[in-house]
Amino acid sequence: MVTINVNKLKCGYCGACVGVCPVGALELVETWIEVNATCTSCGMCAKICPVGAIEVKK
Amino acid sequence: MKSEYDVVVIGAGPAGSVAAKTAAQKGLDVLLIEKRQEIGDPVRCAEGVSKAWLKKHIDLDERWICADVKGSRIYSPDGTMIEMAEEISGGEVGYVLERKIFDRALAFESAKAGAEVMVKTRATGLIIKNGFVQGVKISHLGEKHDIHAKLVIGADGVESKVGRWAGIDTSLKPSDIETCAQYLMSGTGIDQEYCYFYLGNEIAPAGYIWIFPKGGDLANVGIGILGSKSGSKHAIDYLNEFVDEKYPDAKILEIDVGGVPVSGSVEKTITNGLMLVGDAARHSDPITGGGIINAMEAGKYAGEVAYNAISKGDVSTKTLKEYEDKWRSTVGYEIDNSLIVKDTFIKFTDKELNSLAHSLKGVDFNSMSLIDLLYALFRANKKLLWDLRSLFKNVVKYEIDFEH
Repeated sequence: MVTINVNKLKCGYCGACVGVCPVGALELVETWIEVNATCTSCGMCAKICPVGAIEVKK
Repeated sequence: MKSEYDVVVIGAGPAGSVAAKTAAQKGLDVLLIEKRQEIGDPVRCAEGVSKAWLKKHIDLDERWICADVKGSRIYSPDGTMIEMAEEISGGEVGYVLERKIFDRALAFESAKAGAEVMVKTRATGLIIKNGFVQGVKISHLGEKHDIHAKLVIGADGVESKVGRWAGIDTSLKPSDIETCAQYLMSGTGIDQEYCYFYLGNEIAPAGYIWIFPKGGDLANVGIGILGSKSGSKHAIDYLNEFVDEKYPDAKILEIDVGGVPVSGSVEKTITNGLMLVGDAARHSDPITGGGIINAMEAGKYAGEVAYNAISKGDVSTKTLKEYEDKWRSTVGYEIDNSLIVKDTFIKFTDKELNSLAHSLKGVDFNSMSLIDLLYALFRANKKLLWDLRSLFKNVVKYEIDFEH
């Protein structure tokens, strides 16, 4: 189940979210972010995203 | 591409390219991989660097130097300005780079030294056998390959996965990262010989706004705020407020974003068959956010130790400890000091920042160094000396000329 939404039109693919993900659920693949099933919806990525491109799904 | 190399370096930023170049110069068979299709792009950096340190690693080339800088102007929240300019013969102490060209030039250096370079090639995992990292799983244009190596160097940046794959926890807490946004702007009208810094919890909580000249009428106008302060407002929102207020007529030619590790040294940057360098090893400076020089220094050490270890036929942590010891006693020492300063800096209120700036009125700086700034602050503020006493001890211990 995908637990976060990355707005790829806002995202600057900088990878900051990947660096703070405590479970390693995110990956920066060239110019987009991929999320795997280990995501716990903790919201840390959404908090620190420089451009506010990430939304945690409720 | 072969299926086996002496060394595979993951990531072609300054750390990776210098590591690859150093190892290749020593005669090792090196593969340098970069997941992006263009090395150096997108930029995730304010692009400022010290001239003296840069010269140690690469011959200067005007193609990637945008501006010469001779000083800094630092503004406290109430607008008090502290100017620090270097009065050395011949002028400038810093450069503002064009990273897109600079990073590619560094990768080219590694290619000239004999390294193989592959772009659009991403590491997807490590090959680990008998407790040793023995290669990298890669994806090149969607095709998967196993590349075996005696040693792997992880230079995969703030988003590093290589350390985690090998069991080294490099994840950053929000208070361990500066979240940054930057515009390349024309029409700010700044003096191109200075870098500008704006401090204040209203405009840049636990961080700062910078303006770095980029030549002609261009400038990098950017902001970093501590991740723990980000949330309801993001870095880009603070940047927009600053730019709307200060440069309503300037034009935006580029948007850059990025996260800068400010955690200080990670506990461990080696394991059997693996070394981490640059942002992947959290080698960026916790107070300035600068990382290029530290990355290049660490990259050079990693390349040298790769050669020593492979020559000995022993790539265990015991041998690789030479790398860990080398960077900790050099760039690591600076990082540790900066971390102490950062931990104090992020707690300052705007009132305290103003009072510190006022205490420096009339102080004549003839250098841009952080140590000189701190020294002046210590002299004027006894409480700060107490807050930063552990730093003071370090400085007295290592910088013999401190007490003049």
